[in-house]
Amino acid sequence: MIRLEKRPQPSKAWTVLTPILAVILTMIFGGIMFGLIGTSPVEAIRTIFWDPLFHPQFANFSRPQLLVKAGPLILIAIGLSIGFRAGIWNIGAEGQYIIGAICGAGAGLALYPMESALILPLMVVAGALGGWAWAMIPALLKVKFGTNEILVSLMLVYVAENLLASVSSGLLRNPEGMGFPGSRNLSQWSSSQNLELIPNTGMHLGVLTAFIAVILAYVLLTRHIQGYNIRLTGEAPRAAKFSGVSPARTILFCLGLAGALAGMAGLFEVTGPAGQISIDFGSGYGFTAIIVAFLGRLHPVGILLAGLLMALTYIGGELAQLMLGVPGASIQLFQGMLLFFLLGVDVLTNYRVRFGAAEVA
Amino acid sequence: MPDDLLRLDGLTKAYPGVVANDDVSFDIREGEIHALLGENGAGKSTLVKMIYGLVKPDKGSMTLRGKPYTPSEPSAARQAGVAMVFQHFSLFDALDVAENVALGMENPPKPRDLARQIREVSETYGLPLDPSRTVGTLSAGERQRVEIIRCLLQDPKLLIMDEPTSVLTPQEVEILFETLRKLKSEGTAILYISHKLEEIRALCDHATILRLGKKVATCTPSETTARAMAEMMVGSSFASPAAKAKTPGEGLLRVDNLTMPAPGAFGTPLRGISFELRAGEVLGFGGVAGNGQDELLLALSGERTSQRGTIWVKGADVSRDGPVERRAVGFLTAPEERLGHAAAPNMSLTENAVLTAGRRQRLVNKGFINWGRADGFAQDVIKRFDVRTPGTHVAARALSGGNLQKFVIGREVAQNPDILVVNQPTWGVDAAAAAAIRQALLDLAAQGAAILVVSQDLDELMEIADRFGALNEGRLSALRPVADLSIDEIGLMMGGAHDMEVAHVAE
Repeated sequence: MIRLEKRPQPSKAWTVLTPILAVILTMIFGGIMFGLIGTSPVEAIRTIFWDPLFHPQFANFSRPQLLVKAGPLILIAIGLSIGFRAGIWNIGAEGQYIIGAICGAGAGLALYPMESALILPLMVVAGALGGWAWAMIPALLKVKFGTNEILVSLMLVYVAENLLASVSSGLLRNPEGMGFPGSRNLSQWSSSQNLELIPNTGMHLGVLTAFIAVILAYVLLTRHIQGYNIRLTGEAPRAAKFSGVSPARTILFCLGLAGALAGMAGLFEVTGPAGQISIDFGSGYGFTAIIVAFLGRLHPVGILLAGLLMALTYIGGELAQLMLGVPGASIQLFQGMLLFFLLGVDVLTNYRVRFGAAEVA
Repeated sequence: MPDDLLRLDGLTKAYPGVVANDDVSFDIREGEIHALLGENGAGKSTLVKMIYGLVKPDKGSMTLRGKPYTPSEPSAARQAGVAMVFQHFSLFDALDVAENVALGMENPPKPRDLARQIREVSETYGLPLDPSRTVGTLSAGERQRVEIIRCLLQDPKLLIMDEPTSVLTPQEVEILFETLRKLKSEGTAILYISHKLEEIRALCDHATILRLGKKVATCTPSETTARAMAEMMVGSSFASPAAKAKTPGEGLLRVDNLTMPAPGAFGTPLRGISFELRAGEVLGFGGVAGNGQDELLLALSGERTSQRGTIWVKGADVSRDGPVERRAVGFLTAPEERLGHAAAPNMSLTENAVLTAGRRQRLVNKGFINWGRADGFAQDVIKRFDVRTPGTHVAARALSGGNLQKFVIGREVAQNPDILVVNQPTWGVDAAAAAAIRQALLDLAAQGAAILVVSQDLDELMEIADRFGALNEGRLSALRPVADLSIDEIGLMMGGAHDMEVAHVAE
């Protein structure tokens, strides 16, 4: 019989090395998989990890994409990770992201075609509030009735997607759009556009916000009593109650923060890279951010790196589909492997494997 | 001896850090009711788990009717004719009685036959029970009957009962005793585990007494006084402490008719608890585990808030305040469970220092934690209470139980509370550390703090408490000065012989 035995003190070095080891294992087994479907493993791995940044022909286009894709992933994952630290499982960031975009875009479009420097900040606030409000639904239901936030937040993603379909062909549809669904292009209206701050880097306001969020989250978790209370709630809920932490307040704070950050991510996306509210605006960032949060071990700096890595596999994956003709499913499998190996290696960091019969106790 | 049913010979079982059973030998005869007596932690449960095949002994042997008996799992024990009724039942609320009984059998008969058998057994042994009733609608006493009938259907030679009366009303206890006497008359032996001395005197033929894992005595309960058995149970170290001549100070904590529902299925409700705790005194609450100790602690710490007007600190009503507000007025607590309640297992000692001392020791300034100060405070606690650890960066769960206990008690004592409530302050702590913790509590009282010690260790309470009270089913007995208490009276206060009213069994 095989047993897992908790290590008294997991090694610090391994805690840091796990993600790197997981990436290497993914490269090896992903390479085998690509080999099995008839693609050169070395070429496939190089296309995914190397070419997006350094290919002479494509890198100019794909390099800025790295930040464009990583920005929302990091911003959402930071919010989620703080809840996860407290054992609050918000799975519905995708919905909060969509609602944030709708609310922010709606606030801006209500003022169209006015020109003012205050419009974009107003939209950011409206987007954050929209995401916050959407996250308050599972939060309040959990606090008041003890419902499971995993289910409620996930279900609300589908509600948000239907709302998105509705407003893009109704309420927010571009009146000059010849009847096509979709809002006005917000990236072409000077009051709302969220342009690159530095040309050809992909660095827009959302990416900057994500970087600031990384720093603030780090300070919150390591220096501030609220962050301490969150970690304590996740580590030992009864000790947290003994310490005097209110579970209800923690739930409201964590879900609210995650919702607001996801909502802001949605707003930055709709005013920048996406440009408009449309039926296919929901891009799955909210779900991928869950992987990013865990890949980054729920640590702000880890999430920063994980977000960049995840963005890289996305861009590289698209490139591989384009250049090598590998199926899209194989790329998803590859990304799945990454999470699998991370969690697998993680178990071995915290537990040691013992062989031999277990004693009945 | 031909009439020995089960013979235990030198049974020894050690867990990391504690010897649960040390060379225990005794015989259970055919058709006798044999009592196994001992305080909490004396090793009763481990011993019966070995007999029932749940735990394997490290050393020693068992002989059942002359043949070696080594049950590898409970089903083997059942096949050999050993059955057990546990303290906590394992029944499914949504199923009916017959279905529950069938689930516990190796080869259940057809439902109709089973229902008939259940009826027969229940009539034969005077255990009224309808096989078609849903278990969820049964009282605790009726649920216990389901478990007993499940055992009896397998025609056991030895029936083990683990504290069977703790969930019963006095009337149900009488019914149960009738059943057990009938079983005995038919030749079934019963191993009866309890610490209720009067019950054992009324029911049992022989008694084996365990203390700290060792067999310390055997006796014939009907010819032994409750006092003598209690002394065997706790050791004869009941020297009356020297009278403590102290003038009680002003009342700091007043609890006024504190009544709360049980927090969960196995919790105990608090029923009308009232007492006053004065500056400079140590008050001791004894009692058998599960009689409301943990619930009282939750109510005093502020983790569960009680009705307005029930808890007063220095004349102010704190009943609705949480733990943070209570600590702010100098009212500190330390719960029994070290890991997971008093301390977060995976957090460092520095982080655990912030857990309760954040506000009082000014480790937190405008919301930001001053880790330097927190580390300094943790180091103070470690130095003052001789906590053996490589440093403050170590996770709480890496410390031994005794060292962590010194840390969590020390963390509260070092904050100079006006009122300190501790539950089981020296549980699982070696003698030297226990003495240090007790001395720290006495010193704190000498400085004018009011201290409440809740403990199952009577020696400890006799040593440090000025007044004593016992918790019994969520009620608090009258408080008596320790100096003029006899062991008989303590036994009566704890054992509940005075408590003849019908207990409210939770539905």
